[in-house]
Amino acid sequence: MSFRIMWSNQTFPPTLIMSSITLRVEFGGGLELLFSNIKQHKLTLPSIVPSNNGTKLNGEVLSGGETKPADVEYLMHHLRDNLLQERPELFMEDNTVRPGILVLINDTDWELEGEGEYALKDNDEVVFISTLHGG
Amino acid sequence: MAPKICALCQNAKAILKRPKTGQQICKDCFFYVFETEVHNTINEAKLFSRGDRVAIGASGGKDSTVLAYVLKTLNERYDYGLNLFLLSIDEGITGYRDDSLETVKRNQQQYSMPLKILSYDELYGWTMDRIVSQIGKKNNCTFCGVFRRQALDRGAALLNVDHIVTGHNADDIAETVLMNIMRGDIARLGRCTSIVTQGEDTIKRSKPFKYAYEKEIVMYAYFKKLDYFSTECIYSPDAYRGHARTFLKDLEAARPSAIIDIIHSGEAFEIREEIRANQKAQQTCTRCGYMSSNDLCKACTLLEGLERGMAASGITDRARKKLDAEGPAPDNIRTIPFFQPPSGHPLVAVETTA
Repeated sequence: MSFRIMWSNQTFPPTLIMSSITLRVEFGGGLELLFSNIKQHKLTLPSIVPSNNGTKLNGEVLSGGETKPADVEYLMHHLRDNLLQERPELFMEDNTVRPGILVLINDTDWELEGEGEYALKDNDEVVFISTLHGG
Repeated sequence: MAPKICALCQNAKAILKRPKTGQQICKDCFFYVFETEVHNTINEAKLFSRGDRVAIGASGGKDSTVLAYVLKTLNERYDYGLNLFLLSIDEGITGYRDDSLETVKRNQQQYSMPLKILSYDELYGWTMDRIVSQIGKKNNCTFCGVFRRQALDRGAALLNVDHIVTGHNADDIAETVLMNIMRGDIARLGRCTSIVTQGEDTIKRSKPFKYAYEKEIVMYAYFKKLDYFSTECIYSPDAYRGHARTFLKDLEAARPSAIIDIIHSGEAFEIREEIRANQKAQQTCTRCGYMSSNDLCKACTLLEGLERGMAASGITDRARKKLDAEGPAPDNIRTIPFFQPPSGHPLVAVETTA
């Protein structure tokens, strides 16, 4: 948990909020090879994030810019910018996962959960599985 | 977002959106419809007869692992009366195939199926590691593909099976349709959508997952927690197929039915009689007895090039002429043992589960 001053369009005027969520993230089907060959990760995200998915503001005051609740789209950017070790083009393309990567949110196909717009909750589990590796 | 209810049982929470139909279904209904559709494919194409000995071409990857599991399940549920075997080809790729074969060996235990592993080294005297060290990474997929096809048939003959099933799925077949169109390969375009292929004296081959989407195969493996291996081959993957695949995945993202639609298009092509008449008749290889459209089969041609240190002779006409100019193949080169189609008795004792 971290305490942070946040200026957002949802919490105006700026308030002191408890502002992080903890997630479990898993990679499979060979995708883990892009993430140091580690399948399971636990990570913490701020609960309110920049609407443009910028991930370089961690720990700083968000001022002025538009914000949104942390969603799966933001999670993908966070993973790409902070955890991914190589070949980002094999993970993301045009602000979403590369076609052929399956995503499950709490063991449900993300296509039933609003895909990138799904607003993450504390303790959610998100699984990314590549279907692109040889069979 | 409120949980969605299964469109089939109207009871449990939906966990999957089916790419083929757009239906939202729960886990149990998914298992049931996936398995039942494969069963219907098998029935409609009359793939099996009671008592058949069937080898599953097993790489340890997702498709063949799910195929082995589903065939075992259906064989028990519907009493097909099949004897199922796992047949794996060891291409000799350190760090790739040796790891995936460990997965197949676990599958052998998990599914209680006899396993036969046949290696390029024992059949051809060359591992892919050694081939790549001689020819480099360019064109090595040609060697691997030609050698694997023949190795599967020979492994099947050793097991004395009637039939080889492979894990080719709907996505693979749609990709192949696209590739054959882009290459103008009319002969292959005509046969690549067939669920069964069988030459006169070759072993029957079929693709029970012809209509199964890759997404559903991977989801099935995930929800069943099946043990499979997923690493890209360390030698550059088939680049042309890679482009077809990326294109197909982009199409699928825009319209999921694209995959099944392309298969239907492939099935609907008709080859004109005069085109078909120009295609070469099948014969048997004069050196190894395997089916061939020339005097020498492709594997013997490639092997001779490797043995004589002129590997490109199996790839380009120019290099072939150079090889021919050096005279006939010497007697002392390695050749492939003569092919014996199944005779009624297994030629090898297969390893069974402990």
